[in-house]
Amino acid sequence: MATTAVTAAKMPPDTAVPDAANVVREVRKQEVRRNILLSTPALIVIFCAAAGPLLIMLVYSFLSAGPYGGIEWKFSIDGWFNVFVQRDIFDDTLSIADAHVSILWRSVKLSLLTTFTCFIFGFPTAYFIATRPPERRNLWLFLVTIPFWTNLLIRTFAIMELIRNQGVINTVLTSFGLIEEPIQMLFTDFAVMIGMTYVYLPLMVLPIYASMEKLDFRLVEAAYDLYATRFKVLKRIIVPLVKPGLIAGSILVFIPSLGAYVTPRILGGGKHMMLGNLIGLQFGQGRNWPLGSALSLTLLMLVMLALLFYVRSAGKSTGGSHG
Amino acid sequence: MKWKLTAIATALAFVMTSGIANAAGELNLFNWGNYTNPELVEKFEKETGIKIIITDYDDNDSALAKIKVGGHGFDLVVPSSNYVPIWIEEGLLLEARPDQMSNFKNLEARWQDVDWDPGRHYTVPWQWGSVGVMVDTAVYNGDINTSSIIFDPPPELVGKINFAPEMADVMGTVLRYIGSEPCTSDKAMLKKARDVLMAAKPNWLSMEYGVIEKIAAGDLAASLYWNGAAFRARLKNPDVHYGYPREGYSLWMDSVAILKDAKNVENAKTFMNFIMVPENAALISAFARYANGVEGSVKYMPEDMATATEVVIPAEFVASGHFVPACSPDVQKIYTAIWTELQK
Repeated sequence: MATTAVTAAKMPPDTAVPDAANVVREVRKQEVRRNILLSTPALIVIFCAAAGPLLIMLVYSFLSAGPYGGIEWKFSIDGWFNVFVQRDIFDDTLSIADAHVSILWRSVKLSLLTTFTCFIFGFPTAYFIATRPPERRNLWLFLVTIPFWTNLLIRTFAIMELIRNQGVINTVLTSFGLIEEPIQMLFTDFAVMIGMTYVYLPLMVLPIYASMEKLDFRLVEAAYDLYATRFKVLKRIIVPLVKPGLIAGSILVFIPSLGAYVTPRILGGGKHMMLGNLIGLQFGQGRNWPLGSALSLTLLMLVMLALLFYVRSAGKSTGGSHG
Repeated sequence: MKWKLTAIATALAFVMTSGIANAAGELNLFNWGNYTNPELVEKFEKETGIKIIITDYDDNDSALAKIKVGGHGFDLVVPSSNYVPIWIEEGLLLEARPDQMSNFKNLEARWQDVDWDPGRHYTVPWQWGSVGVMVDTAVYNGDINTSSIIFDPPPELVGKINFAPEMADVMGTVLRYIGSEPCTSDKAMLKKARDVLMAAKPNWLSMEYGVIEKIAAGDLAASLYWNGAAFRARLKNPDVHYGYPREGYSLWMDSVAILKDAKNVENAKTFMNFIMVPENAALISAFARYANGVEGSVKYMPEDMATATEVVIPAEFVASGHFVPACSPDVQKIYTAIWTELQK
């Protein structure tokens, strides 16, 4: 860069203008080259770590299952076929794969519920942090991220200690005479939802906070001056302005919930599977890798649909605010 | 310049430490979770200077899947008897000929030649036991020597029942309960087994491993589970008892085998020979509380092992216990379909 600049300066004055353009072009070219070079490691990692395995799964999903796990190099659409359709094991009739559909429905239902509870707890938290004096906000944000310091497995076991029959909550309730028998919370869908809400809550708080921080609270004051009720301020001013954060948070909670494996495995008691566990089963005791691959790709497509929805609704809301 | 020196120093340190590790020798053991006695490991390391690295697994199939993929770096694995033929057939095991090792004579005669490994060319017993029912007798005081505890439970136990999510064991037990055999290809019987399971499911709480603490603490009141675990639960809570289903129950033997692509074959053989010494086999049993198959090891075990009904099968129930065979891929497919339906 420096040498080109020097040669340009030595040129006679009348040719300086086209040369300056040349220099700019040269510098830009170098910049592009440098940028490509700098991003190569990241691109390689992305390709190897994301695209590679996906391609392998795509290939596997079109092969036959080996008798003891693994795959056989023989083309078959059984994997994909079995995602949606099941052949009755006893009379060979075909029907919708009702086990898969109910597991899928449970996953979607629990993920939506988790997203909703995260929103209920996360929104006021983000509002609280955003309305603190600026120098104190970092402390609160720091506190929100503390759970991330501990391993997911340990946090999940901690939840188990709280909600088990002889756990903290039941013991306290019984000792105050509020309940006679311990409430069965562990090994229920409720437990799975509590666990996922706890684990993913920071992923809801942080994006909402990011939007809320940019919110001009003078607008809120103005609304009050114009006799808006508290609810109206929330509905007409705050929510529309932090909508991008809300949507981002919801997506960040919904997607990992949909594929959750550890939490339903430990807190759900294994009696009712979620999608992640169904996929796990196919690679383990089920010995059906093609079906497992097809199920994973189905999950991936669900996630992409959710993202598509996000892009569309986020696009709409930013379009509005620019106007 | 300084960073270069640091880099060289780090690299040197790395090379040196890995060099030391290799010189002393190591052994990578891939075993079931909560199953290997740390004292056994310590003793082996002290006697041989070989360092043991243990990695856990939860079920036979995930272990099989992991090894089949390759690149695992393990030397020894401990599959159950019904899986050993699969491991051999898939060409994953090294024919280590433990039958020619110096301590082989210590094995009880009945374990020196077994169906799943004729002539013992591949495996050495680790521990063996049964799949029965463990019941908290403070909750239910009736007859516990029946699998109806799980499949048609008394009202006291409803909603407090667990079973180990080990497909082969559960399917084997339910098939015996309805008067059939494990791995049967009789579809009428398989259908009946499914119906029994589906009808019983609302009475269960969970399908989980790690039951010892939960039943001792009262989170569960009954479980289809393994005998040694039941023993360990009883030591924590004296009300927990183990029943042998008279409809028939499964026996199993987890067996140590060397992997074909093991890197430390000699160390692995040393370990195999080591665990056939009565004192050492006793250490295995003292921890996980299952019998081990080595003659004369009982006298080195904790005293309570010799009298525990969980370990020493009472004479009246001996005849109902059978080893589970490995099922054919076709039956396995039906098993999986039932299994998925059960957890939907």
